[in-house]
Amino acid sequence: MSNKTVLFDKHVEYKGKIVDFAGWQMPVNYGSQMDEHHQVRKDAGMFDVSHMVIVDLSEGDIKAFLQYLLANNVAKLQDAGKALYSCMLNETGGVIDDLIVYYMSDAWYRVVINAGTRDKDLAWINKHASAYKVKVKERDDLAMIAVQGPNARTKAFEALPVDVVEAAVPLKRFFGADCGEWFVGRTGYTGEDGFEIMLPSSEAEALWDKLAVAGIKPCGLGARDTLRLEAGMNLYGSDMTEDTSPLISGLSWTVALDPSEREFIGRRALEAEKATGVKQKIVGLILEERGVLRGHQKVIAEDETGKVIGEGEITSGTFSPSLQKSIALARVPVAIGKICKVEIRGKLLQAAVVKPVFVRDGQAV
Amino acid sequence: MSEVPSELKYTESHEWLRVEDDGLVTVGISDHAQALLGDLVFVELPEVATEFVAGDECCVVESVKAASDVYMPISGEVVEVNEVLADEPEIINSSPYDSGWLFKIKPSADELADLMDAEAYQATLEE
Repeated sequence: MSNKTVLFDKHVEYKGKIVDFAGWQMPVNYGSQMDEHHQVRKDAGMFDVSHMVIVDLSEGDIKAFLQYLLANNVAKLQDAGKALYSCMLNETGGVIDDLIVYYMSDAWYRVVINAGTRDKDLAWINKHASAYKVKVKERDDLAMIAVQGPNARTKAFEALPVDVVEAAVPLKRFFGADCGEWFVGRTGYTGEDGFEIMLPSSEAEALWDKLAVAGIKPCGLGARDTLRLEAGMNLYGSDMTEDTSPLISGLSWTVALDPSEREFIGRRALEAEKATGVKQKIVGLILEERGVLRGHQKVIAEDETGKVIGEGEITSGTFSPSLQKSIALARVPVAIGKICKVEIRGKLLQAAVVKPVFVRDGQAV
Repeated sequence: MSEVPSELKYTESHEWLRVEDDGLVTVGISDHAQALLGDLVFVELPEVATEFVAGDECCVVESVKAASDVYMPISGEVVEVNEVLADEPEIINSSPYDSGWLFKIKPSADELADLMDAEAYQATLEE
């Protein structure tokens, strides 16, 4: 299987290096992943994220459905346009996917899920939607372009249709607004300000060109990964899977156990996990020696006194273009101290243990 | 199109070799290889005075994206490594055949004839 987004020809035209990603032919870079990374941190870059799956929910009792389907509580969404990040769990508390849900009105919620999990997500959503008489509609007629960086919004205003600009200008962070068939969310996956723009597929190529003319440079999936990792944002399939609960994936903040009477899928498993004590957590690592941290490398965890207390594993690792050091997310025993060792090709290298966020809004944290 | 200098020898795993006037052999990775890897951020060079057999993993080059092994193209002893790469691995991207060389070896056997010339290597890239 090899799908192409509606922007595929643009990627070729803009000299993108095409790779297979979750069954999609996507640009990994347009020359230099490093340059694209800095472009987003310092100015503005754009990503084709049309492979992601947009799902509209209408009719029936959507709020009650989402309160049952998701680990986060959509009752937090009081204002029209507000977005919420949540996990969708299975009965054992494992993560089926992570997603963003926008509350547009009581009669319309929009959900954005990952490309790699499309089939199982849609099957799961549909399976549970029927009890609430909710209509589930995949919006494969829409494309999605993310514009990210400190200057992304300002530059995007030069390229977007006037009425879309009017809808986008007043948006606060983590809000979205629709304008006809267009939709703009002040959201993203880079740790920078910006928009995620959904629009009819037939208009996507023209917008791509206009955004480029406005000075927003095309960026590939390579930069997207280093940007999200620096921002401490989880990647589904690497940092959490169906076999890991959000409680050991750095996602406790997205699980709403209050109010206690809200039943949601996975709740009982999470409560049982809490009752017996959560044994692992996600931390950030900064390698203090030369080398590059990568997924699946073994972490030797030490407590504050330097005593070895167990092992962990890197879930995502890379070289951070912003920090010029190697960084990682790792799942480790909860009692880990401020330093640890990572095994790279048989050698033990020292890494600092930090909060799992490295860069936000262009600044090292 | 990647650059394939005609005076060098090549391997299927994208190393290049140059026989120097003193009989030592300089090894690096090809322009094609550096382009595939993307921005290089780390190089783990072999230890000087280590003996290798042709085909041994002897060095690792890492880009932002991935780690890739470099294989010893011919048997011999490592006599010098390009120390500059420790601080500036990106030189491999900008100058794969010149300043971006990896190490020099003193060959222990006559295996150069087994390697590809530029024309043969170019043909493998076009397949």
